[in-house]
Amino acid sequence: MVGESRVKETLKDRAPEEQSEQAGLIQQISVREAAPTEVDPWAGEKVFDLEHVSVSYGSSLAVNDVSMTIPKNEVTALIGPSGCGKSTLLRCLNRMNDLIPSARVDGEVLYHGQNLYGSKVDPVQVRKLIGMVFQKPNPFPKSIFDNVAFGPRILGLGDIDHRVEKALRGAALWDEVKDRLDDNAYGMSGGQQQRLCIARTMAVDPEVILMDEPCSALDPISTAKVEDLMNELKEQYSIVIVTHNMQQAARVSDKTAFLIVEMDAAEGNRWGQLVEYDETDRIFTNPQDSRTEDYVTGKVG
Amino acid sequence: MEARDTIGAFGRGGADRPPPSLEASSPRYGEKLIKGFLASCAILSVITTTAIVISLLLPTADFFGEVGFTDFLFGTEWAPTFTPAAFGVLPILVGTISTSLWGMLFAVPMGLGSAIWLSEYASPKARKVVKPVLEVLAGIPTVAIGIFGLVFLSPVIEGVFPFMVNVPPFSAGVAGLAIGLMLVPIIASISDDAMRAVPGGLREAAYGLGSTKMKVATRVVFPAAISGIIASLVLAGSRAVGETMVVLLVAGASPNLTFDPGSSVLTMTAFIAQTATGDISTGSITYDTIFAVGALLFVLTLIMNIFAIRLVRKYREVYE
Repeated sequence: MVGESRVKETLKDRAPEEQSEQAGLIQQISVREAAPTEVDPWAGEKVFDLEHVSVSYGSSLAVNDVSMTIPKNEVTALIGPSGCGKSTLLRCLNRMNDLIPSARVDGEVLYHGQNLYGSKVDPVQVRKLIGMVFQKPNPFPKSIFDNVAFGPRILGLGDIDHRVEKALRGAALWDEVKDRLDDNAYGMSGGQQQRLCIARTMAVDPEVILMDEPCSALDPISTAKVEDLMNELKEQYSIVIVTHNMQQAARVSDKTAFLIVEMDAAEGNRWGQLVEYDETDRIFTNPQDSRTEDYVTGKVG
Repeated sequence: MEARDTIGAFGRGGADRPPPSLEASSPRYGEKLIKGFLASCAILSVITTTAIVISLLLPTADFFGEVGFTDFLFGTEWAPTFTPAAFGVLPILVGTISTSLWGMLFAVPMGLGSAIWLSEYASPKARKVVKPVLEVLAGIPTVAIGIFGLVFLSPVIEGVFPFMVNVPPFSAGVAGLAIGLMLVPIIASISDDAMRAVPGGLREAAYGLGSTKMKVATRVVFPAAISGIIASLVLAGSRAVGETMVVLLVAGASPNLTFDPGSSVLTMTAFIAQTATGDISTGSITYDTIFAVGALLFVLTLIMNIFAIRLVRKYREVYE
């Protein structure tokens, strides 16, 4: 429902623009001519290049052999049933998996061509550039201001006041909290807390924001706000979002990857496998793999 | 259907059944008994505290009948068993503060350091070994620590830093160090528990912003656990002030009004232990003195606890 109404809104928004373009015959012809030579959706710049990436915890495989590219300034969604390793895959992208001692990453994760797991790469530096927003809003038990200022302070960045305001404005939260910056962040609603966490990530000026099911703990209205925010954010950031909400992936993302759980009945092992990765429209309207079709049409899962 | 008719089925709504009663099916005496027992457990500690205060108050009142309040509190000479007797409590009050201070000076950094290491840096394997060892250290009888201080620490420290032990083998500083050894596991263990109780999500959030491990520990985990950490410090402080055996053995028994760690001092607890085990008659001024000093000790720890509660309320970071 939310998705439908939003589509209508965007259509309404666009209509006057097209009218203002003086619907002359020549222009219409030129538009028609331009249509077939559509821009290749994969031609843009890439942030990540995953080559045969597998992740395991100890001896058990969690994600098997994923190869995909993640474009810059777009929203890329990872969808799939529980246990398909989408969060694990996401956490590879800023080396969050390093915090789990038994985790191991095989294959190559290239960030602008550099191997993210190269020997000289500092995970702390990686996480400055590739921020993360978590499933459950996790503000620090500090004031709203101190939450956003945390990153800039530990990194020794200047002009904290300005940065905090900029981040809160960027997260569409400034007007709601500007009069209570000194209040504890836990006094905010869940949706506000999650947008605060997004602001906190933006305050250190990353290039990529990873979001691990950012709306699963939020009500539909807060979810809509966070989704609107994602649409604005992709101007400045590249976003990778894990979601088990297919409608959400359809609403917010440009590209979608679908993962499933593979099972080895004999050994009882389960791991995640990438099935299909394509433009979001194609995944939802014209999937190439029958398993994707069953999932997105609601036949399974 | 046949089986159901013969066995009968659940469901109170059948036409042939009377409406159910809402009254209790039994008087439940056991429930009342347990409730009474639990309440009396809690009340017992209140009664004990009150009894201690009253038993302290009566002889203390007798004491202040003979010795002026300001003479006691601000007097700089302590010689209650001499003639002429002097009842200035400052030397033994300073003795207590001095040994506790040296003890805390050693134990707070060591204890907090161990706690941060245990909760944030140690591998599960290392933690599994170190934490129980620390907790065993907390269980060593204080008299053993006192002996260790007297026969081992004191000569060793005298050899390295002669200024630390003026009157071998007695020294306030060495007594403080021995107390400190005893306090480290208290601070480490409780602070470690407090820091491990901080939700993992906060650590992840900090790492996600490009924090180093040290920043995560000091800027996020430590402040979030501050109420537990302060509780551990207060407990350690109270133990330091109340510690008797170690100071009796290591600090000597000279009521010197000094903070010099090399000097021999008499603490309030050591005075009480020393005097109470001697031959004194009930109702004498010496007898009353013990209670007056005990009352002062009680007031001192009470103030410390009130102060600590205020501190915890002020700096506590509430999550969820």
